[in-house]
Amino acid sequence: MDRDMILRGKAHVFGDDVNTDYIISGKYKFKTLDMDELACHCMEDIDPDFYARVQPGDFIVAGGNFGCGSSREQAPLVIKHAGVSAVLARSFARIFFRNAINKGLPAVECDTAGIEAGDELEVDLGAGRVRNLTRGSEAEITPLPAVMMDILAEGGLTAYLRKHGGFEL
Amino acid sequence: MGMTIAERIFSAHCGRDVRAGELVVTKVDFMMGQDGTSPLAVNAFRELGGEKVQDPSRVALVIDHSAPSPLEGVSNLHAMMRAFAAEQGVGIYDVGCGVCHCLLPEQGHVAPGDIVIGADSHTTTYGAINAFSTGVGSTDLAAAMLTGKLWFKVPPTMRLELQGKLQEGVYSKDVALFLAGEITADGATYLAVEYGGEVIDSLSVEARFTISNMAVEMGAKAGLMEADEKTMAWLEGRVTRSCAPAAPDPDADYAEVRECDLGGLTPQVAEPHRVDNARPVEEVEGTPIQEAVIGTCTNGRLEDLEVAARILAGRRVSPEVRLIVAPASRQVLMDAMDRGVAQRLIEAGAAFVTPGCGPCVGTHNGVPSDGERVISTANRNFKGRMGNANAFIYLASPATVAASAVAGKITDPRRML
Ligand code: SF4
Repeated sequence: MDRDMILRGKAHVFGDDVNTDYIISGKYKFKTLDMDELACHCMEDIDPDFYARVQPGDFIVAGGNFGCGSSREQAPLVIKHAGVSAVLARSFARIFFRNAINKGLPAVECDTAGIEAGDELEVDLGAGRVRNLTRGSEAEITPLPAVMMDILAEGGLTAYLRKHGGFEL
Repeated sequence: MGMTIAERIFSAHCGRDVRAGELVVTKVDFMMGQDGTSPLAVNAFRELGGEKVQDPSRVALVIDHSAPSPLEGVSNLHAMMRAFAAEQGVGIYDVGCGVCHCLLPEQGHVAPGDIVIGADSHTTTYGAINAFSTGVGSTDLAAAMLTGKLWFKVPPTMRLELQGKLQEGVYSKDVALFLAGEITADGATYLAVEYGGEVIDSLSVEARFTISNMAVEMGAKAGLMEADEKTMAWLEGRVTRSCAPAAPDPDADYAEVRECDLGGLTPQVAEPHRVDNARPVEEVEGTPIQEAVIGTCTNGRLEDLEVAARILAGRRVSPEVRLIVAPASRQVLMDAMDRGVAQRLIEAGAAFVTPGCGPCVGTHNGVPSDGERVISTANRNFKGRMGNANAFIYLASPATVAASAVAGKITDPRRML
């Protein structure tokens, strides 16, 4: 991923404390490593039509503590495989946050109040800004620690480690 | 200012003083993956170009979440773990050995002062024996298997001083549920929690595990306790290598200190669908239940089964209720058999399943039907957690679950002690 890439898409809005069981239920995730197959069940227990509605490039927008619960890396992966380009939340649970960056899914911490379902957003990771094109408002992105920005810029931890051979702080 | 337990452990590993907020790369003393996370870690290891695990003696893979396998897809993932373990010479705990978070300390893999990672969120459990242990994802586990190290941000610490003497019928699970309710599901996000005070001092090491296990339900990165005489006695015969317990300085720099007097605490129940929905049992007593679960990494240890057996001795599980017992490890099951605990539970009508996660995460072993209410000793009651989004899960101590199983409705265990 290019550090300066600008992402554009529509918002799908969720509340606080969306846990990883809601993102992908344990009853599915133990069966297969086929993330495209798992992606059809993304958010199923709290929003059964999500997978049918989401368009490539769209955003998940949530309140606080997004991704709490289990450490399953399947959670950011199914979100990515569902076509979502970034998750925006007021705050993230720490394991999800780390996993998302490790898998090259931008986890964008910013003020999400005021964003409504269907709003057209523009996420500028390089400039650290989210613009709500529908409402004409803006929010600042909390900057990532440098090591996480580097991992994200490489597209994930695997590519990062292959390039650097270890962690560089 | 002095240091917290977390700062002490990271400083010892880095060979210099490090403080909350610093990013560090450090050796990981032990690492673990379970059957829901290891297959992705194996793939990530290959994608990293990994050929050899840096130190196989510091890795364990555990088949516990869907064990024995209920489906061919799961079986194939289990086979993948076995093949990787054989190829790399890493330890594997196969079907029937137990839940990862019971096994790792029980089998002596974790020592005070260690840094431990697990590809499972409840890895916070070993904080009870003074290890900085935290959950990570599969790719982080793969990176650590390959390099022996990982990067961390040294977390600030919230100190919880738990004073008072717990009443009869009130257990460490009630403390953990109460704290989840007080601090809330994200009240300790990015923080290490340090637990201290009379309550912790008075608890057994087994009971302490229950509290550190649930630190992650408040968002915490670790749930640390000091190593005292009980800890060191518990470790004897388990951990043979030398270890360096970490104590906090009296003037440690905490992000927050909270004091709670738990002398008046009554048994707690977390109502669906949030762990921080904790309330006194009095407020939910009488709610009918159809399934009761005793087990999991939170409350599947010998003491937990013993408490349940005391309540069930001479009583019978209600005909309206299925009581499922999943011992947290094979050792727990054998000890429960030796002491007649398993027999008392079975006589009362309990159904034993294989040591492991049991029905906790909805893969098998007791998926509830639509509209059913389950009371469980587990740590999570999210909608759909046990495999059915139309069921309702209540969390409580083994005593409360056992008493409720007898009565067929949520019941204050103090009525049956
Ligand atoms: S018992 Fe439940 S919470 Fe514990 S490791 Fe297993 S699935 Fe996770």
